[in-house]
Amino acid sequence: MGRPDWSQGAGGGPFPGIYFKRVGTMDYFLELFFGGLTRGSIYALIALGYTMVYGIIELINFAHGEIYMIGAFTGLIVAGVLGTLGFPMLGILFVALACAVIWSAAYGYTVEKIAYKPLRNAPRLSPLISAIGMSIFLQNYVLLAQTSDFLPFPKLTPDFAFMEPLRSFVSTSELFIIGSTLLVCVALTLFIKYTRLGKAMRATAQNRKMAMLVGVKVDKVISATFVIGSALAAVGGVLIASHIGQINFYFGFIAGVKAFTAAVLGGIGSVPGAMLGGLILGWTEAFATGYVSSDYEDVFAFALLVLILIFRPEGILGKDSTQKV
Amino acid sequence: MTSPLLELRSIDTYYGNIQALYGVDITVNEGEIITLIGANGAGKSTTLMSICGVTPPRRGQVVFQGTDITRTPAETIVAMGICQVPEGRLIFPGLTVSENLDMGAFLRNDKDGVRQDMERVYQLFPILAERRRQAGGTLSGGEQQMLAIGRALMARPKVLLLDEPSMGLAPLVVRQIFDIIKQINKEQGTTIFLVEQNANLALKIGHRGYVMENGVITMADRCEKLLADDSVKKAYLGL
Ligand SMILES: Nc1ncnc2c1ncn2[C@@H]1O[C@H](COP(=O)(O)OP(=O)(O)OP(=O)(O)O)[C@@H](O)[C@H]1O
Ligand SMILES: [Mg+2]
Repeated sequence: MGRPDWSQGAGGGPFPGIYFKRVGTMDYFLELFFGGLTRGSIYALIALGYTMVYGIIELINFAHGEIYMIGAFTGLIVAGVLGTLGFPMLGILFVALACAVIWSAAYGYTVEKIAYKPLRNAPRLSPLISAIGMSIFLQNYVLLAQTSDFLPFPKLTPDFAFMEPLRSFVSTSELFIIGSTLLVCVALTLFIKYTRLGKAMRATAQNRKMAMLVGVKVDKVISATFVIGSALAAVGGVLIASHIGQINFYFGFIAGVKAFTAAVLGGIGSVPGAMLGGLILGWTEAFATGYVSSDYEDVFAFALLVLILIFRPEGILGKDSTQKV
Repeated sequence: MTSPLLELRSIDTYYGNIQALYGVDITVNEGEIITLIGANGAGKSTTLMSICGVTPPRRGQVVFQGTDITRTPAETIVAMGICQVPEGRLIFPGLTVSENLDMGAFLRNDKDGVRQDMERVYQLFPILAERRRQAGGTLSGGEQQMLAIGRALMARPKVLLLDEPSMGLAPLVVRQIFDIIKQINKEQGTTIFLVEQNANLALKIGHRGYVMENGVITMADRCEKLLADDSVKKAYLGL
């Protein structure tokens, strides 16, 4: 029984390596734990983009999953070129990450400028439709520019010798993903709390008119939000692509939907909520597929979403609509 | 006489295709307290938002210290020294009291000056000092109004625009707030542009007043004269 790959949309997940361990052993539990943490980290990285944009302009940026996909493709192209030039593995990883971040950020910035900014004062449905249009456009653009087939993605994280004793339940690339996500979340939290731009973002999210009245350049803040959200998604895209080993143009879609679920779960608009929602979703999927059945993976995720929407529609850390970031 | 600090020259402001202001002329001299009264929907808030660059007028001019600021972006207008305490206070609910005050000084770079001004605001409103770590959204209405005024003072305004500071507050708190407004005007020489529905109080602390009806200025005079005017008495003072 093979598992469908996460990137194919239908589920599966970033669990390469050994699957058929004895259910009930500690090793098996730890493998699920770290697998869920890995997957949850990626959900969190993407969910941050959804939640920050929603916090600032109350728009669900449906094109966000595609920005993540574009980040992975950028990483693939850069890694391919550097690989043939014989760069060391870690060097490739960092350059690929940097290029993906810059390129995805440029896409995020541009999407906001052409698809959302002109509709800032339009009825709320208009930018939403524009967002769906952007998502379809970007998918098809990558489909035409690349191919509909899965492309192999090189492994960019080396296997460290000290990892040997842990290999039975966690891989180096999983640790890379978990570690990077932790780093990114801490950095983002400090950024939002203490920097000038971070304060401007919080103020804009809480009251855009008042932010203008104290001198915040609201348009710049909105652009910055898209840039930061896209950069985080790109980091997730490259790391997960290297972990699962293949990508295609559709790679961002299900990941985007799941990450959006995570954002709603945590409380859309809440930054810590997106992190928490990602982790809960990742673990739910990992443990449910590991102990119950892998056939219903997406069912668990969406059942969780339905439960949350029924019993706590504002999400775990969400507040009422006047209090967002 | 010196030239006015702030001047609205026949401004017309629209929301989409709906015109809200019709040829509004208002002059504000340095050091004055100007009062603008009018019924609900008259266009008072729109007048303040037109000055601040949030809803720039389509026609006419806003002139501040001799400079045309009609099309100047909102953040530049704040930096020039025009600050608004908007209707409904618009506290940042998730920021603490001190973070709210800090946001008022968003465009300032002089850290020491900002710290001093924050202390001065705390002296002016001791209750805010007690609550400095509390989220703005958890304050009472009166405390929020004090925070909103304090936040505006943090920008060191030359002109302070106040939009219905008495709204929804108990008479005692209103008295307290109006005393502070007078004090800010007297001690710091800050020019005040006060929009009010509480015409009686507003005309008592103001020097000159304007009456607005349906987007048009219908009367302009010294406040004592307006207080004594029969039509004002009937329409706004409930006498
Ligand atoms: N955002 C808006 N969009 C469309 N029309 C608006 C908007 N804001 C205000 N108006 C209209 O402009 C007119 C003036 O409104 P404004 O808020 O300036 O009145 P006001 O004198 O401040 O009233 P109040 O005392 O109730 O605060 C009203 O007819 C109002 O309906
Ligand atoms: Mg008003």
